[in-house]
Amino acid sequence: MHAAHKNHDFEPKIAAFVCTWCTYAGADLAGTSRMQYPPNVRVLKFPCTGRIDPVFILRAFQKGADGVLVSGCHPGDCHYMAGNFHARRRFAAFRQLLDFVGVDLNRLQFSWVSAAEGGKWVEVVTGLTERVRSMGPMREFKELELEEQWSGKVDTPELQEAYEAIS
Amino acid sequence: MSRIGVFVCHCGENISRTVDVERVAQAAARLPGVAYATDYKYMCSDPGQSLLKKAIAEHNLDGVVVAACSPRMHEKTFRKAAEATGLNPFVCEMANIREHCSWVHEDREEATAKAIDIVKLMAARVRRNRRLAAITVPVTKRALVIGGGIAGIQAALDIADAGHEVVLVEREPSIGGHMAQLSETFPTLDCSQCIMTPKMVDVANHPKITLHTYSEIEEVGGYIGNFQVTVRKKARSVDMAKCTGCGVCMAKCPQKKIPNAFDKDMGTRPAIYVPFPQAVPNTPVIDRENCTYFKSGKCGVCAKVCGPCAVDYTQQDELVTEQIGAIVVATGFDLYSIEPKPADSPIQGYGEFGYGTIPDVIDGMTFERLASASGPTGGKILRPSDGKEPKEVVFIQCVGSRAREKGISYCSKICCMYTAKHTMLYKHKVHDGQAYVFFMDARTPGKNYDEFWRRAIEEEEAVYIRGMVSRLYQKGDKVVVMGSDISVGIQVEIEADLVVLATAVQARKGADTLAQKLGISYDKYNFYSEAHAKLKPVECATAGIYLAGACQGPKDIPDTVSQASAAAAKVMTLFAKDQLEREPIVARVNERFCAACFACKKVCPYGAVEEKEIRDRQGNLIRVVASVNPGVCGGCGTCQATCPSKSVELDGYTDEQVMAMIEAL
Ligand SMILES: Cc1cc2nc3c(=O)[nH]c(=O)nc-3n(C[C@H](O)[C@H](O)[C@H](O)COP(=O)(O)OP(=O)(O)OC[C@H]3O[C@@H](n4cnc5c(N)ncnc54)[C@H](O)[C@@H]3O)c2cc1C
Ligand code: SF4
Ligand code: SF4
Repeated sequence: MHAAHKNHDFEPKIAAFVCTWCTYAGADLAGTSRMQYPPNVRVLKFPCTGRIDPVFILRAFQKGADGVLVSGCHPGDCHYMAGNFHARRRFAAFRQLLDFVGVDLNRLQFSWVSAAEGGKWVEVVTGLTERVRSMGPMREFKELELEEQWSGKVDTPELQEAYEAIS
Repeated sequence: MSRIGVFVCHCGENISRTVDVERVAQAAARLPGVAYATDYKYMCSDPGQSLLKKAIAEHNLDGVVVAACSPRMHEKTFRKAAEATGLNPFVCEMANIREHCSWVHEDREEATAKAIDIVKLMAARVRRNRRLAAITVPVTKRALVIGGGIAGIQAALDIADAGHEVVLVEREPSIGGHMAQLSETFPTLDCSQCIMTPKMVDVANHPKITLHTYSEIEEVGGYIGNFQVTVRKKARSVDMAKCTGCGVCMAKCPQKKIPNAFDKDMGTRPAIYVPFPQAVPNTPVIDRENCTYFKSGKCGVCAKVCGPCAVDYTQQDELVTEQIGAIVVATGFDLYSIEPKPADSPIQGYGEFGYGTIPDVIDGMTFERLASASGPTGGKILRPSDGKEPKEVVFIQCVGSRAREKGISYCSKICCMYTAKHTMLYKHKVHDGQAYVFFMDARTPGKNYDEFWRRAIEEEEAVYIRGMVSRLYQKGDKVVVMGSDISVGIQVEIEADLVVLATAVQARKGADTLAQKLGISYDKYNFYSEAHAKLKPVECATAGIYLAGACQGPKDIPDTVSQASAAAAKVMTLFAKDQLEREPIVARVNERFCAACFACKKVCPYGAVEEKEIRDRQGNLIRVVASVNPGVCGGCGTCQATCPSKSVELDGYTDEQVMAMIEAL
């Protein structure tokens, strides 16, 4: 089994932001059906794609992801009725922004995987992994991170003070 | 949390076969915030749970990660175990290293590395978890049943018999649904009216049931245990309290030529009418579109002849609001029509069958009315075109069903059985007649079902032809049926007197609109979706809403009644408690930061965000902020991702928790 793996000299890291009702369950189904796919994906579970803030995607790229997958319920099937519609609208705008700042959009994929689509989960993850592998590591944001050394937290004393002043 | 315990499960060999669990535990022990890590063969077993509890006490743990199967499998188990030691259940999380790792990878090195990463992510998350308090809400012990077919009737009676109040809302002037239209029912051939009407009367007389007929759901608000439902009672033009059901108005109404929909337009009815003689309630309604008085202001006969002066032309629609704890949806089905469909519909009509223009090509429900003793022909099988008794009848199964090219790929489930029934009813009434059936295959699973079908062939001499019909056309007074018999590989042509199509069972028109009001999901055919295909067949994913009958998918009466009773049992389980506990995954507004833009209010699919006024001690308004009603919030988190000032946060999925996980990628 190592053979297949050894052929590659780059193993991309894929962050998958998924909703718990559809895609997480779909990935579970791939497991119970013993389907096989590359081990590069790390799943982060959310109640709904509606909860996924575009900032998470930027942050994931910055923190070492070479590819990001966002996946939720099919339109009309959202457990929360409309969360995925809001997500879709939000991400449509966000993609353009990413494009503008120079991120190759091939590193970012949006998909719909239902709880019944174990096979589709495998397809999507495998496809994205292979594509990102062929693109090589994502460097731009990581370098930025090293330069700035920003902790990502907003709890500096200055900010705290500013907040206190508000109310 | 700074003293986290990590428990790595072997799951027998399900995990340990591909993941080196000991190494995962060793790596976990070195993670920030982790105070203890171990591995065990079966964490979910009794000894496994004891081990967890003991470790929490001994090592003074304040957070738990169980690296095992999917949280969808055992999250509840481990949270309960953690809670038993006095820990807050929401600081216990699962790292899914089975479904998402050991089962989907073969390489031990890679799988182990991934498992360590998964544990790392979850440990980072648990470090930022907060202790959440379960939310309790009171339960209103009053059920709403939508739809008064056999499903709704059964559910309403069961719940009411258990001593709870029920509000039954039916769109038509009478309850009964499709079953009231049937002649005799498979597999026992008992008369549908005879078994149905007593139940309808029980509903009307039950002290616990409030019946709203000729009514529709206008608006649904609230949540499990606490719904507010507004019902529109359409103007009947007859005062139900005064009407005695004598029927004089119907007899005297001069406007008698209106096609009777209950009889599939074969007979006629007056403008003031009850849909059928056994209607419940037995109070007429005026069909205002066809009433002379409403059209021209002349007539008014019914008001004049009505003894108790029940007719009231000025009646208006009335809105009533009901407080409800649980909802059973039982709105049933529609039958597919072979007529051409509007361009935007994915479902096609049947041009090859004449698009419904050949008078002696009818559907199964029309045949039921012909065969019914209370039908337009008094139970004689007479064809619509000339009223003659048909001697050769062709039945065609799967019209619209299992026909991907027509837009429907599912099996309608009931047609094989009712077609067999139709051939029998026909033979019982026309002894020298011959029935032919075109079928793809006979699907007769069910108690005594296959025996029933065999009887149609062996005793009632129905000729079953395995094959499809490609065309129907009128020739003189015959309908020519051109089909194929694939078992012998020949073309067949039959000159029939009557053709009966077993058309597909479809979702109700407007099922999607009702679903949106209720906040429940539906499939691509607009059938309502159950929460789990196997284990939650009557629950909707939306808490407190249950499904019964054909609104969820094609069903016969036994299945419908079983599901209705199951839905009723679920409602009773809910009503057994005075207070409900729900997961505290709800959004919370930080009022200090809220900029009052109300972007959250616009996106919230539950309408959970309210505008809250903040006043000083003197009562002067200082400002208005957003506020989330935790009872209504569904917990999707859309508001949080939308809020430009980051002032609303979803408990359990805070930015801090998510960022910590991303950091640990
Ligand atoms: C031709 C034919 C023959 C059949 N023969 C048999 C048989 O012999 N044996 C057998 O077991 N089964 C038979 N069936 C199946 C049987 O009819 C169904 O199983 C049964 O009627 C399903 O009941 P239901 O209550 O789910 O739906 P329905 O009977 O459709 O009742 C639904 C009710 O809800 C009401 N409603 C709809 N929308 C709304 C709304 N928005 N608000 C309020 N009310 C609403 C409707 O007016 C209706 O009263 C036959 C079906 C057909 C078509
Ligand atoms: S008023 Fe309308 S319903 Fe009454 S008798 Fe005249 S036509 Fe019939
Ligand atoms: S979490 Fe979802 S349901 Fe709750 S208030 Fe926010 S948008 Fe509404």
